[in-house]
Amino acid sequence: MSSDAPVSVTEPGSARITVDIDAAHELDLYRRMQLIRRFEERVYLLYLQGELPGTLHQSQGQEAVAAGVCDVLRRTDWITSTHRPHGHALAKGVDLRAAMAELYGKATGCCGGKGGSMHLGDPSVGMLPAIAIVGGGNTVVTGLGLAFKLMRTDQVAVCFFGDGASNEGAFHEGLNFAAVQHLPIVFACENNLYGASTPFHQVSLVPDVASRAAAYGVRGEIVDGMDVLAVREAAGRAVAEARAGAGPVLLECKTYRFAGHSRGDVRGYRSRDEEAEWKERDPIVRLRERLAETLDEGVLDAMDAQVEAALDDAIEFARQSSLPRAEDALTDAYATVISTGSLP
Amino acid sequence: MTVGAPPAIGERRLTIAEALREAIAEEMRHDEKVFLIGEDIGVDGGFGGAFGVYLGLTEEFGHDRIIDTPISEKALAGAAVGAALMGMRPIADLQYADFLFECMDELVNQAAKMRYMSNGKLSVPMVLRCPVGTANRGAQHGQCPESYFVHVPGLKVVCVSDAYHAKGLLKSAVRDDDPVLFFEHKLLYGSKGREQAGGMDLTAHVPKEEYCFPIGKAVVKREGTSVTVVATHMSLYRSLAAADELARDGIDCEVIDPLTLLPFDEETIFASVRKTGRLVIAHEDTLTGGWGAELAARVAEECLFSLEAPIRRVASYDVPLPVAPIMEQTVVPSVARIKEAIRRCCEG
Repeated sequence: MSSDAPVSVTEPGSARITVDIDAAHELDLYRRMQLIRRFEERVYLLYLQGELPGTLHQSQGQEAVAAGVCDVLRRTDWITSTHRPHGHALAKGVDLRAAMAELYGKATGCCGGKGGSMHLGDPSVGMLPAIAIVGGGNTVVTGLGLAFKLMRTDQVAVCFFGDGASNEGAFHEGLNFAAVQHLPIVFACENNLYGASTPFHQVSLVPDVASRAAAYGVRGEIVDGMDVLAVREAAGRAVAEARAGAGPVLLECKTYRFAGHSRGDVRGYRSRDEEAEWKERDPIVRLRERLAETLDEGVLDAMDAQVEAALDDAIEFARQSSLPRAEDALTDAYATVISTGSLP
Repeated sequence: MTVGAPPAIGERRLTIAEALREAIAEEMRHDEKVFLIGEDIGVDGGFGGAFGVYLGLTEEFGHDRIIDTPISEKALAGAAVGAALMGMRPIADLQYADFLFECMDELVNQAAKMRYMSNGKLSVPMVLRCPVGTANRGAQHGQCPESYFVHVPGLKVVCVSDAYHAKGLLKSAVRDDDPVLFFEHKLLYGSKGREQAGGMDLTAHVPKEEYCFPIGKAVVKREGTSVTVVATHMSLYRSLAAADELARDGIDCEVIDPLTLLPFDEETIFASVRKTGRLVIAHEDTLTGGWGAELAARVAEECLFSLEAPIRRVASYDVPLPVAPIMEQTVVPSVARIKEAIRRCCEG
């Protein structure tokens, strides 16, 4: 907790410490990452086919961060998310059908159609509606941690944010306040190298977000965000510290989004070679290869089929679900409806 | 701290600062989820908040429930929003309403929208106390920015002008399940108000028994038949002074304190306008886009054929606030300007 706390680094590809989970658990992590990947790929096509309103910010490539971090959380722990929340939502346990229906703008969606892609969330599983203002969650999360501290629970809050948010004032104010109040928070940075189209190195002279932890007297750690077991292990340490009252941790996950920033992004700002290099480190492929050393490929294929069937079911559920009533747009601004004018 | 005449028999006269302190202490005793968060509010040997409202509270409630933040309004507001989302009932303090602009995202994008985005599953039961008003502090410590927030669905906006309603409304705000911005005028807290408000007694009777005053309800401060005057904060007291002077000329003003700007108690205003046929609105917020414009529009929509003259607004001129008293008092609505507007309205 000293102000010159060193930033520890787990180098990509370095020998991993013994992982304390069994094969079944690893297989489940594989299933969850595959669910996120296939969810993203399928909703992209549905969007192109004109079935989904709005826009999409997708997280293919970043599955290990969402799955690895949320794997060490309890249902009663909370997360805040970003404009790119699909993976976080599925990893924290938002119902797949309700998440899909929300993208369809249906009444059965997890936010009743009022949130949409950028505000996926469900309080019953510990996820605020995702906060689509860059850095927006970095201050709100301090209140979650403060409430847990004041109520003397042992809950932990995780704030997912991107490299872009680390240049927002909110990042600095949130981290400093969490530090001086010793709040049970893990700030989980998904550094995917680009804020929309802008390379992080153009907007920060320090290459590692985690090094900013030292400025606030908290522990920073860098982990390979393309390795779900490494993320899980680092997040487990950070969450355990936060839960024990040792204050916040800044965990930087080096990752990469395989898709563009949003639906219409043709990725002209980065090279196809760079993309290919990162795809070599695809977190799902890596875990699958590891599992295939001990498991029959058929088990993994069956898992993939199970994921596909769940997505088929969720898409069908969303398609069949009712639209919200138009007048529902006028409820829930307040606890009780106050004058908002009347519909024509 | 009490200013004005000594209390009459049976009266318990308090300043707004004292009434607010009482409301906070009572609510903290009732509900352990209520806590205070702000800058310079509980520091040992400190100020008890920028205007002394919290003096003595740390002794009773301790530092666990009176949380001093860094000078970090985004963190302060974000912490209040987040804690409220988890079921706590924070009372946050911003020292000066001018600092609201430091935490607009937390208020406008987060606090105001979380209930809606979650389809009604979440609540943000927080109060943010925001001192407003000119007091020779210049352009960045004297604004009345309440109208910005009247434009934000999901927020509630309260403006208090006397100790009785300040206490009752703050207690209601703490118990409310939605975020409430609570605007208090710096000149009305205590003794300074008396001098700059022309020697008026700013204390009010506050019963010893507990009470709440509902959010969304206006009060008629002075009944009359010639013209309706709607005003908040210092402009309310200046309107009352103008009404007293105009009474000598046979102009009988009905003066209304809306107390809550969002949701607005339209019915009380409409009923008064239907009776008087004339409306003057006075506020220290600037003119263009101020809440008076919204009220004028609603009255025009609903009561046009009751009106016998154009609606008149008296507001701060559309300039930043200067410090030099002669300029400052030119910018904000004075008794003379309010009188002139009422006269023109009654001649129309």
